[in-house]
Amino acid sequence: MTEMVYGSAPVRVTEPVLPKWWRTIDKWSMTAVLVLFGIGLLLGLAASVPLAERNGLDPFFYVQRQAIFGGLGIATMIGVSMMPPGMVRRIAVLGFMGALLSLALLPFIGTDFGKGAVRWFSFGFASVQPSEFLKPCFIILTAWLMAAAQDLNGPPGRMISFGLAVTIVLLLAIQPDFGQAALVLFGWGVVYFVAGAPMTLILVILGLVGVASVFAYNTSEHFARRIDGFLSPEVDPRTQLGYATNAIQEGGFFGVGVGEGQVKWSLPDAHTDFIIAVAAEEYGLVLVLCIIALYATIVVRSLLRLMRERDPFIRLAGAGLACIFGVQAMINMGVAVRLLPAKGMTLPFVSYGGSSVIAAGITVGALLAMTRSRPQGEIGDIFARRGR
Amino acid sequence: MIRTPLRPLARILSARAKGENPDAIERENLRLRHEAMRDKARTRAELRLLLLGLAFFMAYGVIGARMGLLAASEPMEPRAAASGAQILSQRADIADRNGRILATNMLTHSLYAHPRDMVDPARVARELAAIFPDMDAAALERRFTDGRSFMWIRKVLSPEQMQKVHEIGDPGLLFGPREMRVYPNGDLAAHVLGGASFGAEGVHSAEVIGTAGIEKALDARLRDPAQAGEPLMLSIDMTIQAAVEEILGAGMQMMNAKGAAAILMDSRTGEILSLASLPDFDPNDRPNPLVKGDPGDSPLFNRAVQGVYELGSTFKIFATAQAMELGLVNADTMVDANAPMQWGKHRIKEFQNKNYGPLLSVTDVIVKSSNVGTARLALQIGGLRQQAFLKSLGFFDPTPLELVEAPGAKPLLPPKWPEIVTITTSYGHGMSASPMHLAAAYATIANGGIAVKPTLLKRDTPAEGVRVLSEPVARASVDMLRQVVTRGTASMAEVEGYAVAGKTGTADKPKRTGGYYKDKVINTFAAMFPADDPRYVLIVTLDEPVNTMGTEPRRTAGWTAVPVAAEIIRRSAPLLGLRPVIELGPPDGITAVRN
Repeated sequence: MTEMVYGSAPVRVTEPVLPKWWRTIDKWSMTAVLVLFGIGLLLGLAASVPLAERNGLDPFFYVQRQAIFGGLGIATMIGVSMMPPGMVRRIAVLGFMGALLSLALLPFIGTDFGKGAVRWFSFGFASVQPSEFLKPCFIILTAWLMAAAQDLNGPPGRMISFGLAVTIVLLLAIQPDFGQAALVLFGWGVVYFVAGAPMTLILVILGLVGVASVFAYNTSEHFARRIDGFLSPEVDPRTQLGYATNAIQEGGFFGVGVGEGQVKWSLPDAHTDFIIAVAAEEYGLVLVLCIIALYATIVVRSLLRLMRERDPFIRLAGAGLACIFGVQAMINMGVAVRLLPAKGMTLPFVSYGGSSVIAAGITVGALLAMTRSRPQGEIGDIFARRGR
Repeated sequence: MIRTPLRPLARILSARAKGENPDAIERENLRLRHEAMRDKARTRAELRLLLLGLAFFMAYGVIGARMGLLAASEPMEPRAAASGAQILSQRADIADRNGRILATNMLTHSLYAHPRDMVDPARVARELAAIFPDMDAAALERRFTDGRSFMWIRKVLSPEQMQKVHEIGDPGLLFGPREMRVYPNGDLAAHVLGGASFGAEGVHSAEVIGTAGIEKALDARLRDPAQAGEPLMLSIDMTIQAAVEEILGAGMQMMNAKGAAAILMDSRTGEILSLASLPDFDPNDRPNPLVKGDPGDSPLFNRAVQGVYELGSTFKIFATAQAMELGLVNADTMVDANAPMQWGKHRIKEFQNKNYGPLLSVTDVIVKSSNVGTARLALQIGGLRQQAFLKSLGFFDPTPLELVEAPGAKPLLPPKWPEIVTITTSYGHGMSASPMHLAAAYATIANGGIAVKPTLLKRDTPAEGVRVLSEPVARASVDMLRQVVTRGTASMAEVEGYAVAGKTGTADKPKRTGGYYKDKVINTFAAMFPADDPRYVLIVTLDEPVNTMGTEPRRTAGWTAVPVAAEIIRRSAPLLGLRPVIELGPPDGITAVRN
C-alpha cells in the first residue's frame, strides 16, 4: 500500500535467473546429456584416429575439434534451456525462416563433399547442414501452430504446419536426404498425435504406409534389395553392417579393451554412423547398455514431465523435440544391431560432427527449456474444484 | 452438432439491461470454454504422452536386448551371405553302356581376391605370377590396387596350385568350392560328350552347364535333381570306342587324310556303340571355335554327325533294293549298263570311263559299282518313289541323335527333282547327308528292313520301327553287298573269321565356288557284319585321303576307307562278342592200323 500511495519505483519480485534455472531444470536429463557427450569424446579417442590418419592429421585432431564444437554445443544447450518458452518460440520461428531459406538455397550454393547428396554449406573451417537446425525449429513452430489451432477462432495451424512439412520434405528429397525427411515427418506426426489427432486418421495413415511400402517393394528394385538384405538372416561380412555385427560379437560383455578394437579400421563411418559398434567392441555391452539407458532416461523422463504440463504449446513442443531426439538415437542403434534397415543417421552428442552436435545442443536445450518445472495452476484446481 | 454461441445470450441481455459491457462476459465465457477444452485435451495428451514414453522405453529395451544377444553370441567365421537362390551344382555322371564313367564331377576350388584386405598386393601379384605362368605380375598388381573390392583370379585350381596359394598366406586371397566337370578318359568320345562349363557363378558354388554334345542336348536331364544319383547310360561301349578311335587315327595318318569319321551301330536297336570324329579334342580343355576359315576344319566339328557329304556309290544299294522291293527286278535281272549313257545334255560315265556293259545283272551293278546300271534302275523307279523311299530311310530330315549338333545337320537336298537328279542321286551325287544318316539307312538293310532311329542312349529292347523293305529284299541286298567284298571293289574288307558285306563310295569334293575338285575326294565305306545275319553297321569316312603306298596315288574308297574299316572290324568284332567262323581244313584221314 505504501508504494501505491507514495509511488515508489516498482520492483518486480522475481527469482534470479541462474538459481531459478538450477531449481527448475530437469537435472537428470541434463546430466545424461553431459555424460553422453563425455562418452562421445571417449569413443572419439578410439574411433576418429583412423580417419585422422587417413587424412594425414594429428591422431587426436578430431577429438580436439569435437571437444571445441561440443563445448559450443553444450553452451548453446544451457543457454537455450535458460530461456522462457516464449523466447524459445520466438527465436525458433526466426531460425526456422533462416534455415528454410538456406535449405532452399542448397541446390545453388551447397556442396556435396563427393557423397552425391548436396546437404552442406562449406565455410572452409567447418560445414553446416541446414536440415539439422531446421528440425528443432520446425518442431517448435509446428507445436505453436497446433496449439494455436486448438483455440476457438484460432488459425488453421494444422494445415499450415502440414504444408510446411511437405515443403521441407520436398526440399530434402531433392538433395536427396530421405533420412532427415523421414525424421521431419515423424516429428510433425508426433506433435499432431499429442495434439489430438483422430484415431481413425492415424489408423488410415498407418494402413496407407503399409500399402505404400508393399508397392515400393514390388516396384523399386533398390528398395527391395535393401529390404531383402535386411530380412535375410545371414549378413554379408563385407558390408558395414557385417563389420558392425562382428564388432558387437567380438566385444562381448566387457569389450576387447581400450584401443584394441579392429572395427574402426574397417568402417569408413566408424566415427559417425557406426560409433556404437566401436563402443561395443572396445568397451563391451556394459557401455552400450549405459548409452541406451542414457537416451532412454532423457526421452522417457522428458515425456513423463510433459504429462504434467498444462500449456499446450510447451507440451507439444517438448514432446516433438524429445521424440526426434530419441528416434534419431534409436534408428542409429537399431541399424547397428540390424533391427532396422540401413540408414545413415548420427548418434546425437556421441557421433563426431561439428554442426550436428550444435544442432543437438539446440534441440536438447529447447527440450530442457520446455521440461522445466513451473507452476501448473494446481492450486487453482483445488480452489475451483475443477476436475483435472 | 449444435454450435454453442460464444456469447451467452441470456447473460448479455441482462448485462445490457444493467448497462454493463457485454464484451467482458464474452471474454469470460471464452476463457471458461478454453479451460474446459484444455482440460479435455490435456487428459488425452497425457495418455498419448504416456504411450509415446512406453513406446520409446520398449524400443530402447528391444535394442538393448538385441545388443545383449549379439554380444552373447560367438562371432562366427566371416562367411558371406548366400544371397538369392542357391545354385544347384549336382550334375549326373555320364557312363558308357557297361557303367564305366565317361564324365563325372570333381570337387575343386576357385580362387578369388578381396584386394582391400590384401596385406602386400605387390608380393601377392609376384607370387601368383610364379604359380600361374600365364599371369602377369604387373597387370595383377595394377588390378589389385585400383580400388576394386572383389576379383576372380582362377575359376578352378589343382590341389597343388591351391596349396601354393595357401602358402602365399595373404588374407586377401580366398577360395570358393567348385564342382567341376571331369572327363577322365581325355579325348575319348569327345564329340559325343561335347563339354561343360560354368554358368551362373557365385563365390560358393557355380552352375555347371553343358556347352556341346550330349552334355548340352540332355542338360536338363543331367541337372534334374530327381535323377542326380543315376548316371546317364550311353549306348557307347568304351572299349570299342577306344579301339575305333585308335585305328581310325592310324588309318587317317596312313591314308594322309585330313579328317575321318567312324560310326559303329547296332542295326536292331539303333544304338551307337562307337562314334568317332578326327581330329578331336579334350573336353576337359575344350578349344575355342575357329574364328576364321571353314568351321568344318575345327577339331570341334563332328564329322560323323555334322558333316554332310555327297556319299557317292554307297547310295547305289538303295536304288537296287527299291527296284527289287517294287518288283521291277530281281538280283539276277540283266539291266542296260552301256556306258557312257547320254541323258539330255548330260553324259553319265563310269569310273575311269570304263564300260561294264552292255548288260549287267543287278548284283553286278552293285559289285562293279556301275553308275549307268544304277541310273537305269532309278529311272524305272521314278523320282517320286525314289524320294519317298529315301525319306523313309531318314535322308530328308536331321537325325534324331541326342547331340546338340544333330538337329543342325540337315541333309542338303536338290531344290527340284528332275530326272537328272533322280539319276545322280541314285549313285550318291547331288544330295548330301551325314555319315549318321547313312548308318541308319544301312541298318535298315542289315536288320531285315526295319527303319531305325539312331540313338546314343542305352536301349534294352529293339526299337520298333516301320518296315521299309521286305525281309527277302533286305537279305538279297546283304548278299549283293557281301559279293562287293568277295569279288568287287571292297576286297580289302575280307576279315578272317568274319564275313563282311559293304559298299564303297568315292565322291569328289564339291568346291565352295561350285564344281568339283579333281583330286579331293570323300571316301566312304558302309559295311555290315556278320554277313550271314548282319547285326552291326560300320561307316568309315575319310576326308581327302590318298593312298600312296602303291606306285600311283590311289583315291578310291577301296584303297583307303576299306582297309581302315577292315581293321576296325578285325579289332571290334571279338570285343562285340562275335565268334569268328573258323574254316576247318580237311579232316585228318583216319588210318586203320592193325598191329
